[in-house]
Amino acid sequence: MNAFRYAQARDAASAMAALAADPRARYIAGGTNVVDLMKEGVERPSLLVDITQLPLRGIDRTATGVRVGALALMSDVADHPAIARDYPVVAQALLASASPQLRNMATIGGNLMQRTRCAYFRDVSQHCNKRAPGTGCAAISGVNRRHAVVGGSEQCICTHASDLAVALLSVDAIVHVRGRAGERTVPLERFHVLPGSTPQRETVLEHGDLITAVELPASAAARNSYYLKVRDRASYEFALVSVAAALNVAGGRIRAARVALGGVAPTPWRAHAAEAALLGRPATGGTFAAAAEAATRGMKGYGQNDFKIVLVRRAVNRALQHVGAIA
Amino acid sequence: MSATAERPATRGFVGLPIDRVDGHAKVTGAARYAADAPIAAPLHATIVQATIACGRIIAIDERATRAVEGVVDVLTYHNATRIPALPFDFTAPSSEELAPLQSDEIKYDGQHVAAVIAETFEAARAGAALLRVEYESRAPELSPGGARTVEQPEQWFGSDAQPRRGDPERAFEAAGVRIDQTYTTPIENHNPLEPSATVAEWRDGELIVHDSTQWVRGTRAVLAKSFGLDEEKVRVIAPYLGGGFGCKGFFWPHPLIAAMAAKLTNRPVKLVLTREQMFTSCGYRSETRQRLRLGATRDGRLQAILHDVLGTSSRVGTFVETAGGVTAMLFDVPNIAVTHSIARLDVPTPTAMRAPGEAPGSFALGCALDELASACGIDPLDVLRRNHAAVDPSSGLPFSSKHLLACYERGAEAFGWSTRPQAPRAMRDGGELVGWGVATATYPALRSPAQARVVLGADGSVDVASATHDLGTGMYTILAQIAADELGVDPRAIRVRIGDSSFPIAPVAGGSMSSASVGPAVQDAARRAYREAIAIATSAGGSPLHGLGEDEIEACDGGLRSKREPSRAIAYGEIVRLGGSGAIEALGSAAPGDEGERLSFHSFGAQFVEVRYDEELARLRVSRALGVFDCGRILNAKTARSQMIGGIVWGIGMALMEETVRDPRAGAVVTNNFADYHVPVNADIAAIDVLFVEEPDLAFNPLGVRGIGEIGITGVAAAIANAVYHATGVRLRDLPIVPEKLLAAQAAV
Repeated sequence: MNAFRYAQARDAASAMAALAADPRARYIAGGTNVVDLMKEGVERPSLLVDITQLPLRGIDRTATGVRVGALALMSDVADHPAIARDYPVVAQALLASASPQLRNMATIGGNLMQRTRCAYFRDVSQHCNKRAPGTGCAAISGVNRRHAVVGGSEQCICTHASDLAVALLSVDAIVHVRGRAGERTVPLERFHVLPGSTPQRETVLEHGDLITAVELPASAAARNSYYLKVRDRASYEFALVSVAAALNVAGGRIRAARVALGGVAPTPWRAHAAEAALLGRPATGGTFAAAAEAATRGMKGYGQNDFKIVLVRRAVNRALQHVGAIA
Repeated sequence: MSATAERPATRGFVGLPIDRVDGHAKVTGAARYAADAPIAAPLHATIVQATIACGRIIAIDERATRAVEGVVDVLTYHNATRIPALPFDFTAPSSEELAPLQSDEIKYDGQHVAAVIAETFEAARAGAALLRVEYESRAPELSPGGARTVEQPEQWFGSDAQPRRGDPERAFEAAGVRIDQTYTTPIENHNPLEPSATVAEWRDGELIVHDSTQWVRGTRAVLAKSFGLDEEKVRVIAPYLGGGFGCKGFFWPHPLIAAMAAKLTNRPVKLVLTREQMFTSCGYRSETRQRLRLGATRDGRLQAILHDVLGTSSRVGTFVETAGGVTAMLFDVPNIAVTHSIARLDVPTPTAMRAPGEAPGSFALGCALDELASACGIDPLDVLRRNHAAVDPSSGLPFSSKHLLACYERGAEAFGWSTRPQAPRAMRDGGELVGWGVATATYPALRSPAQARVVLGADGSVDVASATHDLGTGMYTILAQIAADELGVDPRAIRVRIGDSSFPIAPVAGGSMSSASVGPAVQDAARRAYREAIAIATSAGGSPLHGLGEDEIEACDGGLRSKREPSRAIAYGEIVRLGGSGAIEALGSAAPGDEGERLSFHSFGAQFVEVRYDEELARLRVSRALGVFDCGRILNAKTARSQMIGGIVWGIGMALMEETVRDPRAGAVVTNNFADYHVPVNADIAAIDVLFVEEPDLAFNPLGVRGIGEIGITGVAAAIANAVYHATGVRLRDLPIVPEKLLAAQAAV
């Protein structure tokens, strides 16, 4: 770990000013990810601006849903009755994340900003375009069991590690950001960006932008939602494949559908083809199987991770059967 | 405590499930592990490791490192103490012949190339991150398949590494049923919770080292030899270990680096390996490729076993994973051929890891027996019973005490085995397939010479000392129990001191031999102290026992009393004062005799496992495990049970998740942390039960104890793989059994 300075911000304006003054400054909230990366030498900030004293912890009902402050803890959100009732997929994804100790420290905003678990990214002696642009991607022809089967590029095939972000994607969450030009909102689906030729860029945020809240619009589909996580052990483990499914079924027909995937792409991944295969169709096993097949369209393995494509199809099918109440 | 009547000199503490006597010190933080050694203001050393697997260093740029505030010095091959090569032998057991920091040669990724020494841990870490080492790299050999150098060792640790009897090839060809399969196990790392650590200090030409080692005397010997010192000038201290499992058994290079750094700076130096460094710096279990050929009659009686084991070793040290050792002795088979080969690769040196040889060997053999049962259409437990060996087939000697059939019986009854349908895929629960598997556990009973000292003080204190070790398993507690029984003292009132090379000799805490080696030595020392106390108490004027004979006296409540008139009693402290020499001090010793020429000593057990499998999601869980063990006398029912449960948990990890993965091109470990190297978490572990068929093995030693450190893991992976077959109908012969292998096996059906 390099030597760095630390400052505690009293308000959002001073936090943002501190970052504006120093291009190598970083925010720190729960610190469960950035401190790890600093120990590995992957992150080398000159200044950590602690934002945990900012008043962004609330979990509040609004006219259109629930607004979760960026500094709400994962454990608080998971335990909130309105979340458990109206967005079960979110509560389930949180409880399937990390460990109780980590959930008691980690924040919602920080969770969206967490960086990949790719072993080559986290080892500074290895080639990685995300950490050191232009050095190459060691994973593409290396150990890539946990890597992406969709959305990657020749520069980077990492996976996004968050469970929460996958669940939020399935309930059309909106990220509230405060930047130099004031407040703006970004639909979560457009918040993370694919690696393309610039894998070092992971979100639409500019240096100094501050996530203030995540808005969860209420919907019938969100109330009937489910998170399914397939992993190497029963707890404290990142997803090999995960599925967030939300379905509004009325009169036997699917009126609204969201299918989002984790563990398969450099960003939380929305399976639009699966959703299209569901919308307007009868909520039957045949429809779900077709949607599960559609979810794998365009997926491509790199050898060790080929099995994820099979798991995606099966996990989507299982998750849809669950929310479609036929399982 | 009703045993008092039969054994007047004891109070029956041995065997009781008493709490660990060191438990309070551990949970309150009072127990000092190596890195907690009470040394004021040590310097901190951080190791820098090679990032290539084969080649040499061409330049080291220390400028940025030395510019870090607090960095004191940088140790590299340019300024390191010159020390000789360290060939392995049992008096100086170095895992690697290549002494650290002696040249520019790089023999494996993760080899130590420098140590940054600083006033603070943070400065040492920061300095290490800034050290620039340039290499000239050659393409490494990393895979045993097609390796240029493959050796077939004749012997390993005194045993025949290529045992053979009968005419196995012909018997195999002639057999009515033949199984010919290859089983593979991956690299696994020990991963004790406490990383290896050393605090080294030179004081007036003497070297004092606090080290997390399973062998204080072995570590002392290598350090003395390396620095050209008499062994008496080196003291190694290791009162507590946070697990070892074999990776702290033989000597590894880092304590030398700590001692060199202390010498260079003339200050005490603390060095703690990082978790990442633990994957390359203190051994691992070699991967194995095991071809097993079984020839049997149609009713499942083995006629021949051919077991060919390919493991790996490094360019700088040798370790043979003797997975075939178990094959030569476990079943009654007339024709056997076992071969062990090691491929020399550009990798770190493997070492002993909990149940070395037996863990991967019992997996392959246990699975092959299950395949034989399927081929014959016989219940797998019946195949195990039918091939039971009444005498050790590898030596022809009778076993000292073997109760394996009782393990099978008790286990089958407790598990409910008789209701098991023979066909696979025949049990379901909800949406899940359920399968049951069984396999045999075994580990040799080993014993080495050992000594112990018991001191009775004038203040009534009782001290026990021996240069043995407690890896977290209960050594402090059982030694107190043993001494307590001899002296009639509460074990919690006895002070046990271990883990110091200046104490009476004890062997490495390995090979499951500490209890059987050190226990009898403590018993002997306590008996000698007891007799000395009697001699004083019966001869000293003023003693209430004056004039009585030895057989008229018994131990009671921290002293002695008359059997006939219990009110005539005297405390040990009073006896010591009467004796006038300040203390009663007795050195005890115990060593194996020639019993090994007449008897074969082994422990046995049976592992029963239930798995549940969600076929659509390839989700596999062990829902139930039962181990039944025949390990001689159990010294502490609580710590023994814990140790067996730990072994079974290890077996579950081995079967389902543990795997150290190296980059196939460059050799760096890419799973060198607990997020990527998976061990079971609590949620993975369901019901585990342990039973003991407790038959004291008095032919082995006077306590009747055989060790229990390793046997718990043996057979577990086979039982799980067999249960997976029973649940799913597919055989998984390549560990760990991860989702992609289950999916591929299903797709191939």
